[in-house]
Amino acid sequence: MMSYDPAVYSRILTGLTLGFHIIFATIGVGVPVMIAIAEFLGIKRKDPHYTLLARRWARGFVITVAVGVVTGTSIGLQLNLLWPSFMQIAGQAIALPLFMETFAFFFEAIFLGIYLYTWDRFRNPWTHFIISIPVIIGSSASAFFITIVNAFMNTPQGFKLSGRTIIDIDPIVAMFNPATPTKTAHVLSSAYMTSAFVLAAIAAVALLAGKRHIYYQKALKLTMVCGLIFSLSTAFIGDLSGKFLAEYQPEKLAAAEWHFETAEKAPLVFGGVLGENNEIRYALKLPYALSILAYGKPDAVVQGLNETPKELRPPLYIHYFFDIMVTIGGLSIVLCIAYLWINRKSRQNTGKPLPRWLLRCIVWSGPLAMLAIECGWIFAEAGRQPWILRGYMKTVHGATTSANVDWMLLLFSLLYIVLGFTVWIILRRMFRSYTPEQELEQNGIEGGPHK
Amino acid sequence: MNIELIGITVLWIFLYGYLIVASIDFGAGFFSYYSMLTGRKHLVHGIIERYLSPVWEVTNVFLIFFMVGMVGFFPDTAYYLGTTLLIPGSIAIILLAIRGSYYAFSTYGSKDNKFYMLLYGASGLLIPASLSIVLTISEGGYIEEKGNQVTLLYSKLFTSPYAWSVVILSLVSVLFISAAFLTYYADKAKDYKAMEVLRGFALGWSIPTILSSLLVFFSIQRHNPWHFEQMLDLSWMFVLSFLCFMVATYLIWHRKRLGLAFLTVMLQFALAFFGYGASHLPYILYPMISIHESITSPSMGIALIIAFIAGLMLLIPSLYLLMRLFLFNANYVQGKHGK
Repeated sequence: MMSYDPAVYSRILTGLTLGFHIIFATIGVGVPVMIAIAEFLGIKRKDPHYTLLARRWARGFVITVAVGVVTGTSIGLQLNLLWPSFMQIAGQAIALPLFMETFAFFFEAIFLGIYLYTWDRFRNPWTHFIISIPVIIGSSASAFFITIVNAFMNTPQGFKLSGRTIIDIDPIVAMFNPATPTKTAHVLSSAYMTSAFVLAAIAAVALLAGKRHIYYQKALKLTMVCGLIFSLSTAFIGDLSGKFLAEYQPEKLAAAEWHFETAEKAPLVFGGVLGENNEIRYALKLPYALSILAYGKPDAVVQGLNETPKELRPPLYIHYFFDIMVTIGGLSIVLCIAYLWINRKSRQNTGKPLPRWLLRCIVWSGPLAMLAIECGWIFAEAGRQPWILRGYMKTVHGATTSANVDWMLLLFSLLYIVLGFTVWIILRRMFRSYTPEQELEQNGIEGGPHK
Repeated sequence: MNIELIGITVLWIFLYGYLIVASIDFGAGFFSYYSMLTGRKHLVHGIIERYLSPVWEVTNVFLIFFMVGMVGFFPDTAYYLGTTLLIPGSIAIILLAIRGSYYAFSTYGSKDNKFYMLLYGASGLLIPASLSIVLTISEGGYIEEKGNQVTLLYSKLFTSPYAWSVVILSLVSVLFISAAFLTYYADKAKDYKAMEVLRGFALGWSIPTILSSLLVFFSIQRHNPWHFEQMLDLSWMFVLSFLCFMVATYLIWHRKRLGLAFLTVMLQFALAFFGYGASHLPYILYPMISIHESITSPSMGIALIIAFIAGLMLLIPSLYLLMRLFLFNANYVQGKHGK
């Protein structure tokens, strides 16, 4: 066992809670958008398949929302329990976005309740569709505001610190700090993207299992088209984030790329291992790419890690997380294009089902997109170590001094294992016991002997 | 009014809001489970589920709101309470997590799973107890500060009559508030069988509520005489609170105007809760934190208050819409709408 150090255990516990929460938070932000698109298509094209898609997604969504809400509550309270000194100082500077986040969440909670319980209540179907808009606004706005809090921790500004007191806060300057635009945009876009792939994976599982109903093909097409749009925008915003890092957090970018010496025409390092004196082996080096990523010019000078004092350097393992994230992002774009290409061809020689390898890849794309979310988040968070408030407060100084954090870590690990396991069982049972075919038939939409 | 007073007032209103909606919620879970055990589930379960389904998520937000606002306005509370409450706070979080998720699992996922209902019903009773520790601690005397280290004196807390009286009060008042509301709701739904069961619960929990309130009074006198003196200055609020209680029980007893009865229950708790809060001022955590150690930056204070007002302008109409569609919609309440 490790010797008891509350700061270390606090970091692990916070990481664990957030790591578990963002799975559900990502779904919580992205899936409402997908539900609304499906419902919109259903009404617009008068196609009951899309409406059913929206309803079934919504039904599963409630379960994930519940876990998202409770783990979100956990992290909200844990911030105070595990990082009391940090909250005492930064709490006031981030109070405004935190407040607005809760308002947005409140707004979403109210309209989600309304949305879920009014499916057949309005004569005009558009009325019900319109209720999905405040749900989307609420969920995306709460992601937006909470990401602002995180952006502030990366590039704090808009206040002065005298001893343990924070003074002269300018709430607007603190909120719209340099990290805000790229961070919020990247979080939102990647959440939409991941949700699209998770839902695509579900459709692909059904198709792989031999289900031939047109419902699944429509589901797959819709999610893959959305997946392409969202992954392209995520990649574009990711590029802007790289440029942001080069300017405001060069040490994070340098650590991610194992870029030690400040140099022009910097190469992008992919994979590889580090030797004893930080020499890179077995890596793929793309010449000029880092300079392009950082400044958009192949011969730009990129600051190396050696410029940062040793005790202020982020850990070098974030390189791998960065690589995984970018690789998955790139592959998903390729996958979407491949799907659209093959799908068009197979429709020309009608009746030919999609190749199984393609469906298998799509099944993998869901969990992999979620993995990319986790990796990107670990990269962003570990990449600002040793700071909790970059340039102001180190992580070890923000942590609680309380005893028993290790026991709490154990308790929460158990909780998340149990919750994760039950969600999995419940969702599987919900969808297996009542298939779309049965539901279509029961709703009188289709049926009869020919099916 | 200065910013800190506005701040604490708004926060106290939110905490009161949480007290009411969470009590209904926690009590409903317990009644739901209890009636299943005693074979009366078919009588009350439908009513409870129809009320809870659209609003359970909203309940949670009140608590988060209070927390965020507290740290925003009074950052020192984060330091003292955050450090000392690690264990009770974490246990409360775990209970909240179990309750929230298993509510959803048993309502939307696996219906009639007894184990899920047990988790959901039982955790609901433990949460008020664990959250009430914060109120207990705020009376002072349970925290020790040595150098850079603040610790909660567990042995003192667990042997304190005051702490236990607060736990008992929180438990019984949850059940009383919840039963009073559900009686009214069942009556609205014209579900008289459910109404009778719930009315029995409400009357059954009314006497323990008043007795435990008295117990808290006596033990606070011994634990924190300063606060007791302050409370005596506001004794009219507590007297009015008691009168409201009398009116409420009278109405429930005679099955008359149950809506008004629930309103008087709300008023009863409002008067007691605000009387308690007002007499506690200016201290938040006696005697370590007062409301004067609040935000050091006026611009942030103003921004927070603006955000509050803007947020409320958004929330009040939305909450009104929610109530119109579910709580006060005769068809929905009577279960005439499908999902």
